[in-house]
Amino acid sequence: MSAPNAASTKRFDLNMLIVYLLLVVFATITLVPFVYLLFSAFKSTESFFSFVFWPTQGAWYDVDWQGFTLDNWRTLFFEAGIVRATVNSFFISSVTAILATLFSAMGGYALAKYRFRGRGLTTLVVLGSLAIPFALLIAPGYQLLYWLGLLDTYTGLILPGVAPAFGVYLFRQAFISSLPDALIEAARIDGCGDIRIFFQIALPMVRPMIGAFLLITYLATWNNFISPQIVIQSADKLPLSVFVAQLRGPYSTSYGMIMAGTLVAITPVLVLFLLLQRDFIAGLTAGAVKG
Amino acid sequence: MSSTTARQYPAWVPYFFLLPFLGVFLVFIAYPMLLSATMAFQQNAGPGVSEPVGLKNFTWMVQDPAFWIAVKNTTIFAAASVFIQLPAALGLALLLNSDKIKGRGLWRMIFFAPVLVGLPFVAILAGLIFEKNTGLLNVTLNALFGFDQEFPWLQEFVMPALIVAAFWMYVGFNMIYFLAALQNVNKDLLEAAQVDGANAWQRFRNVTIPAIKPVAAFVVLLSLIGSFQLFELPYLMLNESAGPENRGLTLVMYLYQQGFDRGDLGYASAVGWVLAVALFAFAIVQSVISKRSEADA
Repeated sequence: MSAPNAASTKRFDLNMLIVYLLLVVFATITLVPFVYLLFSAFKSTESFFSFVFWPTQGAWYDVDWQGFTLDNWRTLFFEAGIVRATVNSFFISSVTAILATLFSAMGGYALAKYRFRGRGLTTLVVLGSLAIPFALLIAPGYQLLYWLGLLDTYTGLILPGVAPAFGVYLFRQAFISSLPDALIEAARIDGCGDIRIFFQIALPMVRPMIGAFLLITYLATWNNFISPQIVIQSADKLPLSVFVAQLRGPYSTSYGMIMAGTLVAITPVLVLFLLLQRDFIAGLTAGAVKG
Repeated sequence: MSSTTARQYPAWVPYFFLLPFLGVFLVFIAYPMLLSATMAFQQNAGPGVSEPVGLKNFTWMVQDPAFWIAVKNTTIFAAASVFIQLPAALGLALLLNSDKIKGRGLWRMIFFAPVLVGLPFVAILAGLIFEKNTGLLNVTLNALFGFDQEFPWLQEFVMPALIVAAFWMYVGFNMIYFLAALQNVNKDLLEAAQVDGANAWQRFRNVTIPAIKPVAAFVVLLSLIGSFQLFELPYLMLNESAGPENRGLTLVMYLYQQGFDRGDLGYASAVGWVLAVALFAFAIVQSVISKRSEADA
């Protein structure tokens, strides 16, 4: 609800003041953990326990620079092996996002633009799969990967997620609403093959959906914890989600190092978002708008 | 939809495009679902050893106090998502919807930022923030209001801590859905209602709510589905455990413990089916309610 248009400017100002006050309080609560994370990543264990944000009682504006350290980062990069985990995360997320987008677009295109035997049934299967909860597939999925010999492999981690029904559904909607049949028919008359039509004419028409879907799949894979936790066993194959969680060992816990690891893990996604904010929000709300 | 009379492409073309989806669906969705239906009646010792046990998995489940704790915790969490977090998200969206607010893009970005951190990392961060004595939350509350710095969030008040952490992460995310929905509100109708003397609450109740209902129903369903599959947040906040006396145990964590800590994938499949049936029931109830309210309107 927009703020009521009050007759007098005075009351209008008061309303706006309250609105801004609420926004500032909400924004502060939202941002403080980020600030906490940032400072903690550069603090020694000792100053982590002594100060919430920056170490105080120093010479320069009450900041004690001695309380900051790069040790967390040194250990993380040279001993704990976060570089490997970061590369793993990039690899797993990129491959999953690209394949899932391509295969979803292909499936959605077939359902939107071709009439063939089994189309109704396949559409029903796609819609039905949207209702299958992930939790139902955890135990039998693990059993299947065990039988297929795909435990502790990237194939076992990536393959089950490369053709999500959700994506097929979104692309079906996108092709129906933004690719005119006449365009395809014209291309056919010009002698263009169907595979070429798909890549050169159909895909460019649903570009916003491609961007949005790449991003949401990338984000979802990057932040997936339970799948790699179950499928991957070798330490050198772990993505950041499991790797950072394991920094909190049962024997020694370096809080600063956990914070630095978390910072490494979330920075790429935050940067990606800042660059592509519009696509991102479009992607996340795509399901809601079309219902 | 194409309605060409003479087909101008080889018959295999649509099947070729659907091949990756159908292949992955058959192997990694349809088959595991069928497998799960048989596994639910087995007891396993790891993936290699199984033994049929009939309906015993289900009778064991209803007799296990931990299962009921998981049901209770999961329900509390879902209720908090729907009745606390979603109204707050709607409130935030209403605040930001006015075009008199300056810097709406910036506010929106700030509130949206936590969801980008990702569930596992929010959980790890929250685990440190809710720590007693040293955690950010207790230190801040103590400095501001003299709050007990040893307040044992992660020992005795696990569910409130989980609800607060999830609130922080998702309130801005759900706000985006409501902001999108508020674009459907007819501004002329709002003004007409105001001219007719309807107060702010009446306008909200009779103009805004009906317009955002479809999206709200969708967000409620998404929230329920997400809440009922809650796992990473408590698991990582509580240092890969369910917390003292299972205070942070959820249904998926129960499934995980049974299937992977104890190695009984059969029992875990049975838990999976209970969860799935509950979610199907929600989806059906939701669609019945939204159909009925459509009929009323």
